[in-house]
Amino acid sequence: MTDEMMEEGGAPGGVVKKFLYVNRKAPYGTIYALESLEVVLISAAFEQDVSLAFLDDGVYQIVKGQDTKSVGVKNFSPTYRALEGYDVEKLYVEKESLEARGLTEEDLIVPVQVISTEEIADLMESHDVILSF
Amino acid sequence: MKFGILVNEGPYTHEASDTAYQFTKAALEKGHEIVRVFFYHDGVNNGTRLTTPPQDERNIVKRWGELADQHKLDMVVCVAAAQRRGIVDTDEAKRHGKDADNIAPGFHISGLGQLIDAGIKADRLVVFGD
Repeated sequence: MTDEMMEEGGAPGGVVKKFLYVNRKAPYGTIYALESLEVVLISAAFEQDVSLAFLDDGVYQIVKGQDTKSVGVKNFSPTYRALEGYDVEKLYVEKESLEARGLTEEDLIVPVQVISTEEIADLMESHDVILSF
Repeated sequence: MKFGILVNEGPYTHEASDTAYQFTKAALEKGHEIVRVFFYHDGVNNGTRLTTPPQDERNIVKRWGELADQHKLDMVVCVAAAQRRGIVDTDEAKRHGKDADNIAPGFHISGLGQLIDAGIKADRLVVFGD
């Protein structure tokens, strides 16, 4: 995505940690989602064990059929589909957040595991580094 | 303990930068190590030396710089986030044909890899933001 990705790479000192990215905000309106995705791609380039969790309005980040023409910003949702190519394949979505917004797994652009709030807590417990955006 | 610090919000608008500063200062006073302070999102705005708050207000940028100077802190401003928001050092200004730089003393510009590296090296990465 950026020049720095080309310059850097490999696990520093051979250390691989479990990184969990917690995405809680809608994709547009603020820049958090887009810049979170940039960190995800860098950590993959550093050969870390990367997982993503989508909670609250963060579930809208991976909803199908995003059209941003009228707001004049880039639709970056196709990037989520490219994550597989970076070996980022563990994507979790909170069941309660989906249901509260009238969404189902079929509305999402990428394959995910839908898990409960309680399971999200266990997921966080099992990670070394949690970045919440 | 080794801490990594991530600051995701700009100064004054949001308290995150103040809290991150107080946390970092307290951790250092208790004898902990700060691996790196990384500024991301609007957090990069903590690193412009052009900040000029009223004299009776805390100077957030200067305060970070002083802490860095005292404790030899590594304070990194994300290059990609900084470019979007107009925070540049001499090299970046030159590379992008800008007529000035504005990075504050104590800060330097580097890549997001430095954030991942802090996550790897620190026992705890503490995120300050919304």
